[in-house]
Amino acid sequence: MFELRKDIFADERDDNLKEIGKGTQRQDMLGHVTATSTYFNDHKLQGMLHLKVLRSPHSHARLRRIDVAAAEKMPGVRRVIRGADVPRNLNTLLSLINFGIDDEPTLAVDKVRYKGEPIVAVVADSHREAFEALAAIRVDYEPLPSVFDVEEALKPGAPVVNETYPKNSFTFHDKYDHQKLRFGDVERGFAESDHVLEQRYQMSPIEHAPTETNGSIAAPDTNGRYVVYTSTQALFFSLDTCAKILDVPSNKLHFIGGTVGGGFGGKVDTMTEPLAILGAMLTGRPVRYVFGREEEMQFGSPRGAERIYVKDGVRRDGRIMARQVRSYFDSGAYTRLSSYAVIKCVAHIPGPYTIPNVHADVFCSYTNRTPSTAMRGFGVTALDFALECQMDKLAHLVGMDPMEFRILNAYRDGDMKAHRRIAKNTALIECVQVAAEKAKWKIGEEFRRASSRKDGGGERAEIPLTPRDAVAAARPAAQQRTSYDRAAFAPPEPTPPPPPPPAPSPAPAASSHGATRFSSVFGRRR
Amino acid sequence: MAKTALQFRHNDHDVAVFVEGGDNLLVALRDGVGDHSPKFGCGQGGCGACTVLIDGEAHLACITLAETVAGRSVQTADGLKTGPALHPLQTAFMEHFAAQCGYCTPGMLMASKALLYRNPSPSRQDVVEAIGGNICRCTGYEPIINAILSVATGGGAARA
Repeated sequence: MFELRKDIFADERDDNLKEIGKGTQRQDMLGHVTATSTYFNDHKLQGMLHLKVLRSPHSHARLRRIDVAAAEKMPGVRRVIRGADVPRNLNTLLSLINFGIDDEPTLAVDKVRYKGEPIVAVVADSHREAFEALAAIRVDYEPLPSVFDVEEALKPGAPVVNETYPKNSFTFHDKYDHQKLRFGDVERGFAESDHVLEQRYQMSPIEHAPTETNGSIAAPDTNGRYVVYTSTQALFFSLDTCAKILDVPSNKLHFIGGTVGGGFGGKVDTMTEPLAILGAMLTGRPVRYVFGREEEMQFGSPRGAERIYVKDGVRRDGRIMARQVRSYFDSGAYTRLSSYAVIKCVAHIPGPYTIPNVHADVFCSYTNRTPSTAMRGFGVTALDFALECQMDKLAHLVGMDPMEFRILNAYRDGDMKAHRRIAKNTALIECVQVAAEKAKWKIGEEFRRASSRKDGGGERAEIPLTPRDAVAAARPAAQQRTSYDRAAFAPPEPTPPPPPPPAPSPAPAASSHGATRFSSVFGRRR
Repeated sequence: MAKTALQFRHNDHDVAVFVEGGDNLLVALRDGVGDHSPKFGCGQGGCGACTVLIDGEAHLACITLAETVAGRSVQTADGLKTGPALHPLQTAFMEHFAAQCGYCTPGMLMASKALLYRNPSPSRQDVVEAIGGNICRCTGYEPIINAILSVATGGGAARA
C-alpha cells in the first residue's frame, strides 16, 4: 500500500477516514454558490464562430439533393459542412471496445433515419447568421415508410431503418439477432406451477432534460492541437470517438470538461464535439456548437423505450418455479449504447430472485425514432419496473403479502444465479426487512428472521439441465460448461429463428469479443 | 446588423456594451459584459437558470430585450459576494448542500434574493412559490428551500 511521506507531508492527509454518518462538503460547492464554476459554455474565445445544424423534418427519407449554394453566399457564413467533409463519416460509439459495426454518420448523406438527424452544418459569425443560412439550404427529400414499433420493426417486410442491420435488429456475437439466457427448463417449471401469469409491460422514451444543454467549443490551440471545452460526461470516450471520426491521432485533441450542468446519461453520446472540432479545423477559428432546448428535447438521445413480456409460473406455496422474459429494446435509428443496454438487461434477468428455470430472449430493435442512449440504470430500469409489478401480481395470485413473497423468493448467498455464477454479498432480504420496518408494514416472524446469509446454496446452487444440454449430451466437453469457461469453445451450432422458445442456446461469448470485456456478466473485466 | 450602445448598472458598476436590435439581456451579459453567472438553459423563459434582478425584481434575462435595461440596475449572482465575503444566501446554500451540478444555482440564488428583498421573513410556501420558475434537474429542491428559509429573518420559525 502507498505510504505518504509523513515526515515531509505531515498535514497532507488526515488518516482518520471515518466519514460515514457525517456530512462532507463537495469540493465544487464554493464555485457553484459563487457562480464561478466553469461550464463549457463559460469560455469566451477571441473570434468565436457559431455552428448550427440543419436537421431532418422527416423520420425516414432518402436525400435526393442537397443545395447549399445560396447558404454559402449568405452574410457571415464562414463554412458549410457536408457529410463528404467528415473524414470518417460512419461510426458506432462502442466500436472503441470492438462492440458493434459502424452504422451512424455524423452528417447524413444518402438518407435520414430519424426526425432531427443532422444533414448540413453551418459555421457563421453569429447565431442569427447561422440560422438564416440554414433557412437558405434546399433539401429534396423522398419520404420513405417509417416504423416506430419495436415488434413491427422485426416483422418481415418492415421498412429497413439502418442498412447496416437489414433485419432491424442488432447482431450479437457477430451472428445472433438477439441475446439469450437459458437456465433450467421453463416448460418443466410451468408444468410444476399452480399458476402461470403472462403480462406485457412497456415504457416510453424518457428525456434527461439537463438544465445545461449538450454542447462544446473547439479551438485551434497554440501547439497545433485542438482544445475542446465540452459538456460531455465521458471525456476520454468522447476524445477517442472524435479522433476516430476526424481521423487524427488522439494526441491532437485536448479535451477539457468535468463541470457538467446535469447529465444523467444524456451527455455520453459525443453529439456535438466532432462537428465543433471539424468546424475549427476548416475555419481555423474557435467554434461553438450548443444545442437549443428544442434540439435537446427532440433530438438529444433519450432513455430507450422498451416492451417486455414476462411469463411466470408460481406454486401455491409462493415459490416461483419459472420465469420467461421476451423483451425489445428500442434503439432508435442507430445503435449507440443500446446493444450494451440489452446485455445489461439480460444480465439482470430474472431480477434478484432465485428461480430454478429461467428463459430470456432480448432484442435490440431499430426504429425510425431518435437514437437512445444511457440513462440511470438503462436496460435494467424498465425491466425492474416490469419484474416488480409482476412480483406484486404474483403475490396477489397466491394470496401472499408482497414483502413476504419477495423474501421467500429472494436470492441468498450461495445460490446459483441464472448466469451460472454463485450469488454472494446478497442483501435483498435485509432491504425488504428494513423497508417493511420503516413503512411500519407487518411481516411474519419467520420473514423477519430470514437472512441472506442462511438457507442459500445446497440444492439452490445446482445448475439444472437445460433442454439444450439434453440435446448436446452426445458431445463430450460441451456439457457442464459455465458461461465463463465457454470462451474456449466455438459456438457449436447456428442459431435458430428467435421468437419460438426453447431454442438451443449457443455459447454467449468469445474471448475476444468486446462484450466480454465490457460486462462483468461474463466473468471478465477490462 | 447595426449595433447600438447600451448603458446600465451591472452589480453596482456602470457598464456599456454594444447590442443588436433583437439581442436579449442574457447575451448582453454573457457575451457583452463577460458575466457568465447567468446560465443559458432554455432560451424561452422556462427554466430560470438565467434569473437576474432588474431594479431588485427577479427577471429572466433570456426573454428580456437587452435595450430595456438601459439606465437600470442589473444584479447577477456574480455580484452577490462582498469582496471575498460570501452573501448569507451563498453560505446557506453551502451549508445545506443546496447544489449538485450547480447549473441552476445562480438562478436559484437570484430568485431567492428577490424574495428576501421584498419579504424578509417568508413562509415555506412563499419560498416554494419564489423558486417555482427555477428548474433543478438534480432534484435538490428540499435543501434549496431549507437553505433559503435559514437566511430569512426568524428562519427557524418560518421553517416550522
